Amino acid sequence: MSDKKPISSVNDFVVRFANVNGSGSASANEMFARAILRHGVPVSPRNIFPSNIQGLPTWYEVRVTEDGHLGARGGVDMMVAMNPQTWDKDVAGIEPGGYLFYDSTKPMPSTKFRDDITVIGVPLTAITNSTYTDPRQRQLFKNIIYLGSLSALLDMDPKLIEQLIGEQYKGKEKLLSSNVHALHLGRDWALQNLKCPTGLRVKKSDKVGDRIFIEGNSAAALGAVYGGATVCAWYPITPSSSVAEAFTAHCKKYRHDPETGKAKYAIVQGEDELASIGIVIGASWNGARAFTATSGPGISLMTEFIGLSYFAEIPAVIMNIQRAGPSTGMPTRTQQCDIIACAYASHGDTKHVLLFPEDPAEAFEFAAAAFDLAERLQTTIFLMLDLDIGMNHRLCRPLKWDDARQYDRGKVMTAEMLDEGRDFGRYLDVDGDGIPYRTYPGTHPTKGSYFTRGTSRDRYARYSEEGSVYADNMQRLMRKFESAQDMVPRPLQANAERPTKYGVIYFGSTSPAMDEAIGLLDARGHQLDRLRIRAFPFHSSVASFLAEHDFVYVVEQNRDSQLRQLIVNENGIDPVRLVPIVHYDGSPITARFIAKAIGDHQDHLKVTPLRKAVS
Amino acid sequence: MPGLDPGIHAFLPCHRDVDGRDKPGHDGLGIAGALMTYIAKPKFHHPGLKKNELGYTHRDYEGKISTLCAGCGHDSITASIIEACYELSIEPHRVAKISGIGCSSKTPDYFLGNSHGFNSVHGRMPSVLTGANLANRDLIYLGVSGDGDSASIGFGQFAHSIRRGVNMTYIVENNGVYGLTKGQFSATADRGSKSKKGVTNTDNAIDLVAIALQLGATFVARSFSGDKTQLVPLIAAAIGHKGASFIDVISPCIAFNNHAGSTKSFDYVREHNDAVNRLDVLVGRDPIAVDYAPGTVQMVEQHDGSKIALRKIDADYDPHDRLGAQTFLQKHAAKGQIVTGLLYVDPDADDLHEHLNTVETPLNTLEADTLCPGSAALDKFNASLR
Repeated sequence: MSDKKPISSVNDFVVRFANVNGSGSASANEMFARAILRHGVPVSPRNIFPSNIQGLPTWYEVRVTEDGHLGARGGVDMMVAMNPQTWDKDVAGIEPGGYLFYDSTKPMPSTKFRDDITVIGVPLTAITNSTYTDPRQRQLFKNIIYLGSLSALLDMDPKLIEQLIGEQYKGKEKLLSSNVHALHLGRDWALQNLKCPTGLRVKKSDKVGDRIFIEGNSAAALGAVYGGATVCAWYPITPSSSVAEAFTAHCKKYRHDPETGKAKYAIVQGEDELASIGIVIGASWNGARAFTATSGPGISLMTEFIGLSYFAEIPAVIMNIQRAGPSTGMPTRTQQCDIIACAYASHGDTKHVLLFPEDPAEAFEFAAAAFDLAERLQTTIFLMLDLDIGMNHRLCRPLKWDDARQYDRGKVMTAEMLDEGRDFGRYLDVDGDGIPYRTYPGTHPTKGSYFTRGTSRDRYARYSEEGSVYADNMQRLMRKFESAQDMVPRPLQANAERPTKYGVIYFGSTSPAMDEAIGLLDARGHQLDRLRIRAFPFHSSVASFLAEHDFVYVVEQNRDSQLRQLIVNENGIDPVRLVPIVHYDGSPITARFIAKAIGDHQDHLKVTPLRKAVS
Repeated sequence: MPGLDPGIHAFLPCHRDVDGRDKPGHDGLGIAGALMTYIAKPKFHHPGLKKNELGYTHRDYEGKISTLCAGCGHDSITASIIEACYELSIEPHRVAKISGIGCSSKTPDYFLGNSHGFNSVHGRMPSVLTGANLANRDLIYLGVSGDGDSASIGFGQFAHSIRRGVNMTYIVENNGVYGLTKGQFSATADRGSKSKKGVTNTDNAIDLVAIALQLGATFVARSFSGDKTQLVPLIAAAIGHKGASFIDVISPCIAFNNHAGSTKSFDYVREHNDAVNRLDVLVGRDPIAVDYAPGTVQMVEQHDGSKIALRKIDADYDPHDRLGAQTFLQKHAAKGQIVTGLLYVDPDADDLHEHLNTVETPLNTLEADTLCPGSAALDKFNASLR
């Protein structure tokens, strides 16, 4: 207290909960985030969890942000320290002038605290033990009790929390009232014994609007439902499992025939990722829309099939919820580290379409679009999410669907077309876009059948080992990939107020941190034009953007600046002009990090004239 | 814009068939023989060829000319598949034939030329077939694989497709050897058997039939490529079976595994073949009247209405007893005998679609009007997330 004035902030601070996983804290913490949303104040929560079920440390961080900055901020203003295991690190992580909330039942030596923070002790265990006898109840209600105390300390409206409890336990009166009771136990104790509120306060606002609060994996899975996926094959792997689980839940809700109760979908939990992608390829070959969801190690296993999809031209949708690699890496930490692995997956010359949604709303849109693209282009489409978007609730615009929209099933030759005498060559490019017609198995008794294979074949799908026939096919595949450029979501550009020779390229979950960083950089006097890439192959506007700027920062969440590599490789440009800004410790990238990295580089450029720096 | 021009600056000299436009029907006879890597069959045939119920002749069930070695057991299996499909009067285009990689997996090109075929990835036929089956439950799925494909690299996929009860006929053309890579042992090679180069196999063999029984296959058979009278009706019965049908066909490799010391050679299999039954498949409204001595025949009615008449050879063998079959197989295997015939059948089996409760309409025919919940549902969904 002596060194630093307590932080004072309304609707702009970070609260971090340090818990032991398996203690049931997640739902109370999530309720805390939702309660702030109900005040009309945007929040951005993040789960930081171990690859474990019970006993290891887990954190839940809520950024309260009236200005709507949904990226991670970095730093902690209030630590709710419920885990003795991580106490020292947690206490050390609090911003000077910040707050420490802890269970004061057991006395702690003064050395365990800091004197530049406000320490708030609530005897949570004592309150719980005097109220409940059942051990599990003690554990669960302790979480609601600290939620109650926080509501008083942060000046939150308890009615809004009660409303949430009411919605959660609708129809379960006993649970409802006992939760509300626990909430007030904590709240009342704080009001009676502590100075409430602290310097950190939540004040009602109107900044949430009609936005929704959803996890990217759930949104992507719903996109698959809306996009007409009927077959899903998957193998459990963090952080992608919740895609298949959400798809299952959405299908149960939306995809059963009201009369017969029968399912208009098939979901198979494969024995591994190879079987999962095999099932997807088999189903797509046979004309169904099919997808799998996986993460890095799964992509590695699937690559042989991905090559088959490319070469035999079979649609497939793979949702890759990226996590930190290589190998098992950090399974519960986020990264954008599979860009190269997916863009060029499989042996031989291959290139694949990648989509980079920035949030759950785009995850929904791009997931639905992925099925149109897969069937139009007859190849694998990767939906590149990551753990940060996939497994965290994110505030985003409401999901939208145009009821007039029909699925684009691509070039499929029907029995009628075959009977009309249309020339069918499975690998014949009839209109110059590199995309051939296909037939579904069982189409016609005597016409249109062909033999699908991963070996080289001619335009009529006949096996061939001739060099010219092979090269002809490979060139057509390249043509097809060029056609894809104009079908995938285009990059979005936002220019600085004043013309500038500096630009920044970013994608995916970096988006909110980047948007915020632009403001921080502007405050330091650095103006940058922005280009958010949303797909590979790159649209020609990427090349134009590069040509229009002397230096372009490429901000991404991996060590090797993989997107930058891809841009350099695919555009054949001088790599010196592309400055890598990389963040890869497994935590989500922050505006502070980006602003510092780019700002420092810019400052340096100001000192040394550009031409000298380059030469 | 992405990418550079491919590094091909001059085309190699080749025949004029790069795009095949000059080939009506796409399968004329080898114009540039030396460069042709497949062989098509001429279309003409004898006008007096017998026709089946649908008016198709044998020729309508054939494919391209086999490029396997002369005398290969696999070609006999191909012929048996053609015969079975002809006799069942299956519309050829209603069959999807799917295979992995290897000599056996090449064979789907040699039968049912009007069917779609898929020569997929080594060991991965079962997953591709499972997916195809999920997409359209109305077609007949024929999975063709080999012992390398199913007992080694694809052992897992073999097992899991069987335990899921995918409605398919899964044929393993089992020669105990890797033919396409010239003679390495496969996982079905018996311990103690000798390779062509004289090496003795020291690893234990995997018996796919025993595994299939353990995993719950509802139709399990073993046969020998050299015994078409047994094999043809087995394939026909397997196609008629609803659920996972598995047939292990011992199919000697004439090039690499037909020598003394091999337990998969023609001579060895003939000498050790212990058939427990023979069967006839009776289809159509007027099944051919067959005279059977009383007590020697067991009738099995299949899901598709066809009947199997099982002529018992081993009087004590009961093909409805899964546990008994497992014991029988092990006892006979210990004596060096190769038990063949219909080893197990559950005529009331169900399949993966029933387990998943999927709609009767093939999933690949459903469109946005039935699959997409629409904007009104989405508005509600949005409202639940605020």
